[in-house]
Amino acid sequence: MNEFKFMRAATLADAAAAFEKADDARYLAGGQTLLPVMKQGLAVPSDVISLARIGELAGIAVSKERIDIGAMTRHADVAAHKEIRALLPALSVLAGGIGDPHVRNRGTIGGSLANNDPAADYPAAVLGLGATIVTDERTIAAEHYFQGLFATALEPGELITRVEFPVPRRAGYVKFPHPASRYALVGVMVSDGPHGIRVAVTGAGAGVFRVPAMEQALAKSFTPEAIADIPIADADLTSDRHGSAAYRAHLVGVLARRAVTLAASPAMHGHRS
Amino acid sequence: MAELTLTVNGNPVRSDCAPGTLLSGFLRETLHLTGTHVGCDTSQCGACTVIVDGRSIKSCTMLAHEADGASVTTIEGIANADGTLHPVQQAFRTHHALQCGFCTPGMVMASVALLARQPEPTDADVRHGLEGNMCRCTGYQNIVDAVLASAKSMKGVQA
Repeated sequence: MNEFKFMRAATLADAAAAFEKADDARYLAGGQTLLPVMKQGLAVPSDVISLARIGELAGIAVSKERIDIGAMTRHADVAAHKEIRALLPALSVLAGGIGDPHVRNRGTIGGSLANNDPAADYPAAVLGLGATIVTDERTIAAEHYFQGLFATALEPGELITRVEFPVPRRAGYVKFPHPASRYALVGVMVSDGPHGIRVAVTGAGAGVFRVPAMEQALAKSFTPEAIADIPIADADLTSDRHGSAAYRAHLVGVLARRAVTLAASPAMHGHRS
Repeated sequence: MAELTLTVNGNPVRSDCAPGTLLSGFLRETLHLTGTHVGCDTSQCGACTVIVDGRSIKSCTMLAHEADGASVTTIEGIANADGTLHPVQQAFRTHHALQCGFCTPGMVMASVALLARQPEPTDADVRHGLEGNMCRCTGYQNIVDAVLASAKSMKGVQA
């Protein structure tokens, strides 16, 4: 790794000030992507600002309508959270399937979303559930946040502080994990909630995207049969040695149907008490 | 260089290290705790797994300075004070859960963390729990057997 200056920010203001002062700073959340890309020399920051000790970024708050997750919350903590499991089990399943146990003990929701890897799981949750990204400067709706390959609406130095998930009536997430990396070759989140029916796909293209034709069909009938004949165009999908665009397009259909089946099963209904 | 203070296997450690030092490098090269292996160095193989504040992590993908103030346990720190093996180590030996041994420190640390979280895992829990650790010799079956056996033996000790 290159040489860099390291600092631990105690507050959001500290972090922003350090970022402003540095030539080319990077925020360090869980480091599960940033450190590997620094090892490869793909990121060569002058300064690394650790967010681990900023209290404002920690914590999970759950109400009947909304789940707020602090940006530095580790995947393992989302997966294990009892109230999230009761209200929005699809999110527990998604968080519990990221990487592996050791990665989930370090990786954070804020870090994953700021990075916006095209095969990451959380973008499917945020877009597929109609979540809101809250930063130190503003709130950003999911549909404005994701802007393609590793691109987001975040300005330089802008920090995600938390993510607000509306609690849907029902939701399901299914992914076909790459067998080595556990990233999604394709992952599909289907939800029926306050933002209507949503179908969001990760892993298949340059960034997370919705499938309006499936959403419309599911609005009429929330069954796997309703979307069985909806074609997925593969022109813009990813083709690589792990799977062709046509294969990924096929997986979108298969996994979306499984996600609907899951969402429609009693176990995946939120239990509002 | 900046100062770093932490606890490793119960011992207080204070040391200077460069900001770019990985926890794996710090353990191996500064503290000479070479039981923590670095296999892929890309956070895939899990040979470098150690436990930080009760949680298993890949030490090749954590800055040493991020462990400031933390309690780190490595493979060198789990045997009993009298030198007898930790139940997971003993079960790996009994069940022939290793061949070349390269992945073993990471497998054992991952298993110790897994059993702390799930004291009575199923076969599927063990396989899911060890997804972050690769073994190229054993085919995993004996590793899973060892973890299930150690769960039983540890329960016996606690009861």
